Amino acid sequence: MDKAPNIQASKALVNPTLADGFFAPLVKSLIKSLFGSPFNAVCTLVFLWILTLLIPSLVSWGYTNAVFAADPQACQEARGVGACWGLIRAKYSVILWGRYPFEQQWRAQLTTVLLLVLIFRSSIIGATTGIRKSLAFEWVGVLILIFILMSGQLGPLEFLRSSVISPFLGKPFTVVPTDLWGGLPLTILLSFVCIVLATPIALFLALARTSEMPLFNVLSKTYIEVVRGVPLISVLFMASYMFPLLLPSGYSPDVLIRVILGITLFAAAYIAEIVRAGIQTVPKSQTEAAVSIGLGYWHTQYLVVLPQAIKVVIPGIMNSFISIFKDTSLITIVSLYELTGSLTLAMNGDALWLPYKLEGYLFITSVYFVFCFAMSRYSLWIEHKLKRA
Amino acid sequence: MNTQAPVIEFELVNKWYKNYHVLRDVNLNVQKGERIVICGPSGSGKSSLIRCVNGLEPYQGGHLRVLGRELTDDARTVQAIRHSVGMVFQQFNLFPHLSVLENLTLAPIWVEKVSPEVARERAMTQLERVRIAEQANKYPQQLSGGQQQRVAIARALCLKPQIMLFDEPTSALDPEMVGEVLRVMTELAKEGMTMLCVTHEMGFAQSVADRVIFMDKGEIIEQNTPKEFFTSPQMQRTQEFLKQVL
Repeated sequence: MDKAPNIQASKALVNPTLADGFFAPLVKSLIKSLFGSPFNAVCTLVFLWILTLLIPSLVSWGYTNAVFAADPQACQEARGVGACWGLIRAKYSVILWGRYPFEQQWRAQLTTVLLLVLIFRSSIIGATTGIRKSLAFEWVGVLILIFILMSGQLGPLEFLRSSVISPFLGKPFTVVPTDLWGGLPLTILLSFVCIVLATPIALFLALARTSEMPLFNVLSKTYIEVVRGVPLISVLFMASYMFPLLLPSGYSPDVLIRVILGITLFAAAYIAEIVRAGIQTVPKSQTEAAVSIGLGYWHTQYLVVLPQAIKVVIPGIMNSFISIFKDTSLITIVSLYELTGSLTLAMNGDALWLPYKLEGYLFITSVYFVFCFAMSRYSLWIEHKLKRA
Repeated sequence: MNTQAPVIEFELVNKWYKNYHVLRDVNLNVQKGERIVICGPSGSGKSSLIRCVNGLEPYQGGHLRVLGRELTDDARTVQAIRHSVGMVFQQFNLFPHLSVLENLTLAPIWVEKVSPEVARERAMTQLERVRIAEQANKYPQQLSGGQQQRVAIARALCLKPQIMLFDEPTSALDPEMVGEVLRVMTELAKEGMTMLCVTHEMGFAQSVADRVIFMDKGEIIEQNTPKEFFTSPQMQRTQEFLKQVL
């Protein structure tokens, strides 16, 4: 009895016609879901009451009484009643680009754009035609370009610096050591490189862990258990301070490379476990069918098992990717100032703006949110695409 | 009498699953072009027997030679034998993430390294042979059981095998689809394919097989031409089994 009008309402929602109007069925179904039962009605009322308390004060703090000008005096006066968005105007360049030398910041900005374009292109190509060799070449090419752009190291082309590049730019093109890289480009670069490196390692770990060969099985299991038993922060700490002690003296890779290595090896263990779960959902009969048509071990895994396994665990893998993106904020521990780190840097460096940390955090929160939300939508899109196939 | 060396030779083959003795002293020679139907109650070891032929199951005692090669643990030998031995499973085991055509071209492209065009042509020929060419771009889940099994047969045939193994190919099918699969198998038999077929389809055995083998508790109890086998079975266990299935 109850169902008939409901179906009608939802049909009208999906396919509103002029006769039904758009809002009438919408309102009807809203009322039904919000006040359908006494319990729902009470929940709705309580929720509305909380909202009426929160929204006005949020609006008055965040908008009505807020200070939008980069004016510390005005912010001081509005303290406690209004937000100080002027902070962002005053400090955005340190927050977004970290300790990168101010007059060279266009290089960090260009890097960010290059990375975003590369990631966007890869995501679309990866989802439509699959990851091909040409894409891998593009990655290597763009990453080398980014390295040159960010570091300013020209290697064998050093002679071009003063004769061609600087005159062309109309300003000096200086060398910027990696420990001065920071802010948003560092966050994106680290996440991208670590994700791209960790995924294949994770696939091998997962294959080893599900393999029937005891040696690989035990090695992979041990690795995964050890890494999962250690917090990322200590991995980073060790990568940064202990690793150089183990290497022959005088040879110590750049701190950025050590950090990339640390995050990659850490993330690989987690992704491996997710992939293993996926591999276990692929029935043994699929492997039997694959080997019965003459496919060897690697072809069987690559062509038959992994595509089916990964399809199942895409949400889990994307979860890990999002985690990696946010976990890059931990590299402050080894004095690299990515987005979160450079916010702290920007705040602590200037006593005038120190009281408005909250506004700064809200700002980078929104930056993180944009990226994480995009990643999560991308994952849903891929899932949807695969379901249709 | 065929004087050629047999294409499959079981010599006192024994197999255990832990303490369970699955195959007991199996001796069996299969000549080129011979069509053999293996029947018996469930758990009699008939599936294990044919799964040994392409190395899906290891055996622990005796010797097994396929196409003149001793089947060992060596991955290359096993892979080479699998390449010449096609197999059709009870549950079809098509690859759900690939289209029908991709299911068929996978091994030619990746194992034989033929060009995609050649593989495609070969696949279409096989699909026409099993009368399903119009479904080439569909995915396995979009096909009926009978159609899926015919695709599975075509997939095995794409590698131009010398021997075909069928492991209860019609047991998972709705009754009205059994006929279309048996028809394809009968045509294959008439073309001279060497076939080892585990099945309960006694009509197929009577009309197609050169030899029917009855297994029970891991042993080959009786083997004979279909005519003799069905009209005058020698052993009591065979008689009891036939009473149940006929």
